[in-house]
Amino acid sequence: MPIKLVFLGKLADLAGAPERQVAGPLDWSGLLEALDSPLGEALRGERVKLALNGRVLADKTSLSASEGDEIALLPPVSGG
Amino acid sequence: MDEASAAADRVRIVRLVEHGFDPSAEVVPFAERVPQAGGIASFVGKVRPGGGVEALELSHYAPLTLAGMEALAEEVLARFPLDGILILHRVGMMRPTEPIVLVAAAARHRRAAIEAVDFAMDHLKSDAWFWKREQRADGWHWIEPREQDHADLARWSATAT
Repeated sequence: MPIKLVFLGKLADLAGAPERQVAGPLDWSGLLEALDSPLGEALRGERVKLALNGRVLADKTSLSASEGDEIALLPPVSGG
Repeated sequence: MDEASAAADRVRIVRLVEHGFDPSAEVVPFAERVPQAGGIASFVGKVRPGGGVEALELSHYAPLTLAGMEALAEEVLARFPLDGILILHRVGMMRPTEPIVLVAAAARHRRAAIEAVDFAMDHLKSDAWFWKREQRADGWHWIEPREQDHADLARWSATAT
């Protein structure tokens, strides 16, 4: 079972789809490698956060995802 | 019920709403559940007409968005002496003048109810997990966070006890 990447907000436009499957396991550098350049650059920005299985990571570079996990890429919120 | 009552006794209604809703129809059943309240304050946020906006789409991330709203409801209940709190937020596609958000707070005294609604709205506007885009004549545009929203939020940390 692969890892599911979920793209929120304008990152879904950059990705061309709201979701993508990638093979695990995946750490921070692996995630950057798995993403093409505009997405990878956006992810490096300090205002983009990562959530692993619904929990926001305090330090996204500590990412450690396994098969079946869900990683969400969260750009700054627009507010309600 | 006095302020020492367990928070568990207090009414909390927190929902994401997928379709158009009638705010006044939502306040009535909430009010019925807080008969001891001396007052209920409510705020309805709508898609603002004008500015060339034809439609607004609000997207969310299910594992975070509702949990974040529920945590906000608990924070409001912990901070203000309320009998109950109601937070409803639309997701999906909306047209100008349609309601996006409804917050209502019931309390023994008006100040707590009014301030609780203000506090909840400032937090929803600045740090809730929503992403918004607007459709104008030339297509869709993502809405960036507004500095004013962060300034509104900072009002509450300045007065934190």
